[in-house]
Amino acid sequence: MIEIRGLNKRFGNFVALKDIHARFSNDECIALIGPNGSGKTTLIKSLLGMVIPEEGQIFFEGNQILGSWEYRKRIGYMPQAGRYPENMSIDQLFTMMRDIRKNDGEDKELYDLFDIESIKSKALGTLSGGMKQKVNASLAFLFDPNALILDEPTAGLDPVSSEILKAKISKECRKSKLIIITSHVLSDLEEFVSRVVFIQDGVIRFSKNLTEIKTDTGEHTLSKAIAKIMSA
Amino acid sequence: MNIKLMKYMMVDILRSKMILGYTFLLLLMSFSVFTLEDNPSKGLLSMLNITLVIVPLVGGVFSSIYFYNSAEFIELLVSQPIARKTIWRSVFAGLSGALSIAYLIGAGLAIVLFAPGISGGMMILSGLFLTNTFIAIGLLATVKIRDKARGIGIVILLWLYFALLFDGIVLFVTFQMAEYPMEKAMVLISALNPIDLCRILVLLQLDVSALLGYTGAIFTQYFGTSLGLLISFFVLLLWIIIPYQFARRWFIKKDL
Repeated sequence: MIEIRGLNKRFGNFVALKDIHARFSNDECIALIGPNGSGKTTLIKSLLGMVIPEEGQIFFEGNQILGSWEYRKRIGYMPQAGRYPENMSIDQLFTMMRDIRKNDGEDKELYDLFDIESIKSKALGTLSGGMKQKVNASLAFLFDPNALILDEPTAGLDPVSSEILKAKISKECRKSKLIIITSHVLSDLEEFVSRVVFIQDGVIRFSKNLTEIKTDTGEHTLSKAIAKIMSA
Repeated sequence: MNIKLMKYMMVDILRSKMILGYTFLLLLMSFSVFTLEDNPSKGLLSMLNITLVIVPLVGGVFSSIYFYNSAEFIELLVSQPIARKTIWRSVFAGLSGALSIAYLIGAGLAIVLFAPGISGGMMILSGLFLTNTFIAIGLLATVKIRDKARGIGIVILLWLYFALLFDGIVLFVTFQMAEYPMEKAMVLISALNPIDLCRILVLLQLDVSALLGYTGAIFTQYFGTSLGLLISFFVLLLWIIIPYQFARRWFIKKDL
């Protein structure tokens, strides 16, 4: 349901994405991995129309996304370390997002599990990194979107919250939603990921199923398998 | 939704201490100017000089700072189902609403109380035009330049150019060309600077244009007529629309 054709993006002289071709279908849970600065976030931001590519097309549910915005109604996005207006309260943020999205159904599971209700009058500027990340996650899942794009979702979360979020992600995976996750913590991903897309220097090095990677490398855990591929 | 977004921005802007400070400063100056001068016309003249310097500076710098400081907010909005042009419209409308209210309270109140009439009305109108023009110019520089310090620096340079340098250059050129009849050209040149245009419009209403000599007579001939007035307003409007449109186009293509 997301198709990328010949995507190119450069920032000045720096080539961030080079001729990216990919297709992600509905029931997949994709792990987008790669070293720092490899182009993961740029790729994600291109999917959301936040970064405008020089060349190439992106299709979401069959429609070209360039210049359109309605498609974002069906995407939940959890940015890397959510950046929110400092003097807005959590409650105001949620009200504003509801105004913008105007969604019928709401999925308040994470909102309740993270107990956002009890801190809702706090200003976003006063929140710690982990608390921001909880707000961030609750918002991404709140409107029950068809596709979820999660940039470093568990970064900064305590073990308990991290488990809650992982359980939620794997639950959504089973509802045959498209989920794209970037993460450095590979052991986090193992439980629910169906395919690994490895990106380096703006190029997709490989895109393989989890089982395929494990049999290819002869390793039992994802992190060891990836380490083996990277050092090879 | 559009209007709601605008509301969120305006509430956010009006909460800032800088807007309150700006309103208070204008209020203080306008009331002291009018109470010190016994002649409202003189008071208005002093008000004009203050307005022409402060309003463009605050309009440009404040919108620039606001845009840099709300980078997070704008990034958040761009990732949501809203068209970028809607976001841009809301940013401009929010700034325009907040700064116009500040000007109307800060300067408009005193003008209405002490110098009601056509000249006062022209003064208020000019202030509003300048506010919006410099919001657009400030945003234009800001949307193109990523670095905050450089962006604000460029906005201040632009203000310096329009408020001071332009007049200096014009004076220099007229001095050099003193042998030639420059009066008609001056009319055209003044349209190249919104601050000058506003100054002329208010001065003509104040009947001190006699002080401007022969050029003043030409100005009266061109700007004094209702057609001239209409054209001046149109040019002032262009000074808002053109930078706004360029900034909008750049914003739509901007990587966030």
